[in-house]
Amino acid sequence: MPPQLAAEPDRPDSAALSFKRHRSLKEQIIGVVLFVCAAASVLVTVGIVAVLLRETLGFFAEVSLVEFLTNTQWTPLYVEKNFGIMPLAVGSFLVAAGAAVIAVPVGLLTAIFLSEYAGGRLRGILKPLLEILAGIPTVVYGYFALTFITPLLRSVFPETDVFNAASASIVVGIMIIPTVASLSEDALRAVPHALREGAYGLGATKYEVSTRVVVPAALSGVIASFILGISRAVGETMAVTIAAGALPNLTLNPLESIETMTAYIVQASLGDTPHGTIEYQTLYAVGMTLFLITLVMNVLSQWVLSRFREEYQ
Amino acid sequence: MSPPRVPLGAGGRGRDRRRRVAGVMFAVACTAATMVGVVALAVLLGDVIADGSHRLTGDFIGSFASRFPERAGVKAALLGSIWILGLTAVIAFPVSVAAAIYLEEYAPSNRLTKLIQLNIANLAGVPSIVYGILGLTVFVRALSLQRSILSGALTLSILILPVIIMASQEAIRAVPHSLREAAYGLGATRWQVVSLQVLPMAMPGILTGTILALSRAVGETAPLIMVGAVGFLAFTPTGGVMDQFTVMPLQIYNWISRPQEEFHELAAAGILVLLILLLTMNATAIILRTRFRRHH
Repeated sequence: MPPQLAAEPDRPDSAALSFKRHRSLKEQIIGVVLFVCAAASVLVTVGIVAVLLRETLGFFAEVSLVEFLTNTQWTPLYVEKNFGIMPLAVGSFLVAAGAAVIAVPVGLLTAIFLSEYAGGRLRGILKPLLEILAGIPTVVYGYFALTFITPLLRSVFPETDVFNAASASIVVGIMIIPTVASLSEDALRAVPHALREGAYGLGATKYEVSTRVVVPAALSGVIASFILGISRAVGETMAVTIAAGALPNLTLNPLESIETMTAYIVQASLGDTPHGTIEYQTLYAVGMTLFLITLVMNVLSQWVLSRFREEYQ
Repeated sequence: MSPPRVPLGAGGRGRDRRRRVAGVMFAVACTAATMVGVVALAVLLGDVIADGSHRLTGDFIGSFASRFPERAGVKAALLGSIWILGLTAVIAFPVSVAAAIYLEEYAPSNRLTKLIQLNIANLAGVPSIVYGILGLTVFVRALSLQRSILSGALTLSILILPVIIMASQEAIRAVPHSLREAAYGLGATRWQVVSLQVLPMAMPGILTGTILALSRAVGETAPLIMVGAVGFLAFTPTGGVMDQFTVMPLQIYNWISRPQEEFHELAAAGILVLLILLLTMNATAIILRTRFRRHH
């Protein structure tokens, strides 16, 4: 604390007043600058929506919404153009569903292990390992999928394509385990100890306490973590681009080559799509679809969290 | 919450045994699930080390990309990543910390503040490729910054803004209220309280969050592909922030997308360099965090 503050005079002499006025002006400027920085974050959202909307509207001036939603082919970069989002959306769905099949049970059981079973030292080792898993760049997961998982899959199912949805699903699943596990664990640990002790006192086993008391009590947080994890899987780009391929293929067979919405955006921006053409606008239309899907899921996860939260003291 | 439906002592010894068996099986399942993540991490690292470690030489660090795998290296990409890292830190850090200070110390609790807070939480969930579209449209085209280091750094800054803001808010919130009250009691202004009391105490937490966010930026590929970082660059940036650039993840992606085995080995070696860079950053964050804990 600077000494002159404590010595600040109480007398209403003019020097002190001008000092105070000066100080309050400086204070106000600082307040405004800080506010502008915080408000900039709103500007980012406005920017994203405006940028996506402008070109998407241009896109829908030429392609009808009905065609976009119902056409089963996506070939905007070919001579014969089709603009059906379905193959890309189903591709994203296929990868996200496969990832959820892995990450939801593994993530939840990991969270239960960390919160109910593991002692302090074991947690101290396991938590940082999960953080490392979460911090590995997605391009590395792509490499792992292509050079390790895919050959493994092909040795079991020889009909598997070199690029396939299953390989991408597996690595994206591994990738979102830490998201599901750490958010679920936070929710489980927030359940008060008295609830567990009450159940133990009635003779319940650890398994019964975990599955019938702790998880139900933390259900809103657990479900929110699932939704957030799946939303991340839908938005995942590099691993999917590398492992799943670039073939907009309307299929539910995970062993086939597909293309997700994110992979299409990368593919279209790598090629030279001239500014202002319909091909260029597809990038924004797909981006908008992706943005809306993940936004709905994120809002849903926040809603579940606040609507179904159990309040404990 | 409805009362727990726990079987209460009823039932014979057969039922007790079933409950015990179920308990053991569940414990095994939880342990096994936890091992899935750990084993996946070990296999992934083992795979990359087995493929790439023999390519990881001084020449690999010091050479440019090349058509010939035996001559190729990561010099341009590594320097590009360091440029991007530095510039992103310079742009994102002050803005994010200022926003966090506003939200924690200045903001009145009204609708606007709630909106800003909700907005930040939602921005954190926007896929990174969407930030790439934003960067391409606003920085590369509208502001005519071209496919430059500056465009890339601005895009990544916006991407990690919500992450740093949320981490900083948490660090600021952890500073005890008694400190603020003592300072106000001595006649300090709001900014004096923030700059002389709150920020110094919150700084280790803020820096830890910033480093973790920056390590995310260093690993990002998709937004930089959108902004137009190039996969093949045979010179290092010299003219400053308006130069073309490439980064480690993009160089790795470029090598992965080639069919030849040799390039996959280069990709693995590149991944090792990238992971070492990230490990250094994370180790710094962990040291900061432990120092922070010791002080309190």
